[in-house]
Amino acid sequence: MILGIDTSLGTAVAVVEDDGVVRSAATSPNPLGHAEVIGDLLQRALADAAFGPIGATGAPEPVVVTHVAAGMGPGPFTGLRVGIAAATAFALARGIPLVPVASHDAVALEVLLADAMSGEETPRFAVVTDARRREFAYTVYDGLDDDGLPVRVTEPALVPRDDLDARLADLGARRHDAAAVPAQLLALVAARAIAAGRRVAASEPLYLRSPDVSVPAPRKKVGT
Amino acid sequence: MNRDNPLVLGIETSCDETGIGIVRGRRLLSNTIASSMDEHARYGGVVPEIAARAHLEALQPAIARALADASATEGRQITLADLDAVAVTSGPGLAGALMVGIGAAKALAVGLDRPLYAVNHLVGHIAADLLTGDAVAYPTVALLVSGGHTSLLLVRDLTSDVQMLGETVDDAAGEAFDKVARILGLTYPGGPEIDRAAVGGDPTAIRFPRGLSRASDMAEHRYDFSFSGLKTAVARWTEQREAAGEPVPIADVAASFREAVVDVLVTKALDACARYDVPRLLLGGGVIANRRLREVTVARATEAGVEVRIPPLNLCTDNGAMIAGLAAELIVAGRPASSLQFGADSTLPVTEIQVAEGVRA
Ligand SMILES: [Zn+2]
Repeated sequence: MILGIDTSLGTAVAVVEDDGVVRSAATSPNPLGHAEVIGDLLQRALADAAFGPIGATGAPEPVVVTHVAAGMGPGPFTGLRVGIAAATAFALARGIPLVPVASHDAVALEVLLADAMSGEETPRFAVVTDARRREFAYTVYDGLDDDGLPVRVTEPALVPRDDLDARLADLGARRHDAAAVPAQLLALVAARAIAAGRRVAASEPLYLRSPDVSVPAPRKKVGT
Repeated sequence: MNRDNPLVLGIETSCDETGIGIVRGRRLLSNTIASSMDEHARYGGVVPEIAARAHLEALQPAIARALADASATEGRQITLADLDAVAVTSGPGLAGALMVGIGAAKALAVGLDRPLYAVNHLVGHIAADLLTGDAVAYPTVALLVSGGHTSLLLVRDLTSDVQMLGETVDDAAGEAFDKVARILGLTYPGGPEIDRAAVGGDPTAIRFPRGLSRASDMAEHRYDFSFSGLKTAVARWTEQREAAGEPVPIADVAASFREAVVDVLVTKALDACARYDVPRLLLGGGVIANRRLREVTVARATEAGVEVRIPPLNLCTDNGAMIAGLAAELIVAGRPASSLQFGADSTLPVTEIQVAEGVRA
């Protein structure tokens, strides 16, 4: 089973089976408070997972997590790090691998699977999330590849809010705004990547911005 | 859980040091510190976002190294599964930096199914002394001086009775060293640079002000510190020299500035010892590395009949072992673990030794 953790928007934790069956999902939509809720959500997701797939009413059985999928962003830094730190530590605690996943990939897979279920063709689209400071983060996708993973046409990038629609028009991508990143889909991206023996994201967070600092100017006179 | 001699891993990320420490009761097994200090040098001070990024990068290797070091100390393999509890600093400190440690600690505790103790960073500095095998007796006065804090505490009981007597109302002492170093054209971190520059300087050459030390300050700020006026005084003094076309005697300025800082720290600490009739003074915090501060403290404390305790430097700077050590004391004292709902508290008061205490382990 795979534990998914994403804190790029709210806080989302889920446990899925290797074939994508969702065992549990615990979320907080609050765009702040990641450090406060992450422990309880983890505990709840693991406890719920013991009762079998969501909706099942079986007796509890042991949950053996084999991988931790970490949402690497993009997202506001402070919150994003809480989830990556938690995923890193959980993987260490259990002695299992950490699988980094671009958070937008989870949303993209959700969109593509939903359309596939309803038999619709999905035109090229962009996952768009709030990046604060009057910017959006976006990643453009076009369909699923042979491994069932969303095909990234562009890597995650930032754009001023007012420029987004023009940018997406240039790229020929429909706009899909996301207010949450589903951890169960994040875990499913990881499951498919593991099955295909592929690495789908680097192990560094997708900050997309340099730290907001400047080298201090020469000292100012204090006057006398 | 072993409540008599618990094996605890502590995580400390309140400032620019990623500290992972492992203790067994009061026995220090490992003390791993990864610092991002070099990355802050060009900015002349700790940049919170850079510190937080560095914590996340350092986390996994630091935990691995702490386990390896603990195994070497114990002469047998220590793994995370052996832990009785996990401990973490929840404040005070830089919020974004604290959150990295908190996220990791909660997941470690849930992943291992072990109790979690969220503790106070400042009280952790006091607990560091317990790991030396030669701890100070209580009650004791404690002077904690670093780039992030300058606090004078009265400790009657480490796990239940720590009182803040006073703290800085503006800059921390370490910050004052950094800022004055910049005024004198020296690099970051300022403490060692000022020390180097002060060699051969006359500490009595310039009488810089002692903040909050006038008779009129005694009613409200007897044990508080202020270093911002001192920094301004140094800047003004050097500017006047430069404006007059005279050379700035860097060694004298550095020595006189350092003397002003040391004087006010030691005077207030010993005043607290006298007023509370506690003939013991414990030092902690990174600025304790300053040799002049240690010398003056020992000399004047001896004169006043006060015993001084100075833990080794790697236990004085921010570290995870002190956090693990404090949690071990709380466990031995029978305190229940913290619940999982706490967050980072950048201004956590020192009276909150443990945060979110609740679940009996
Ligand atoms: Zn400290």
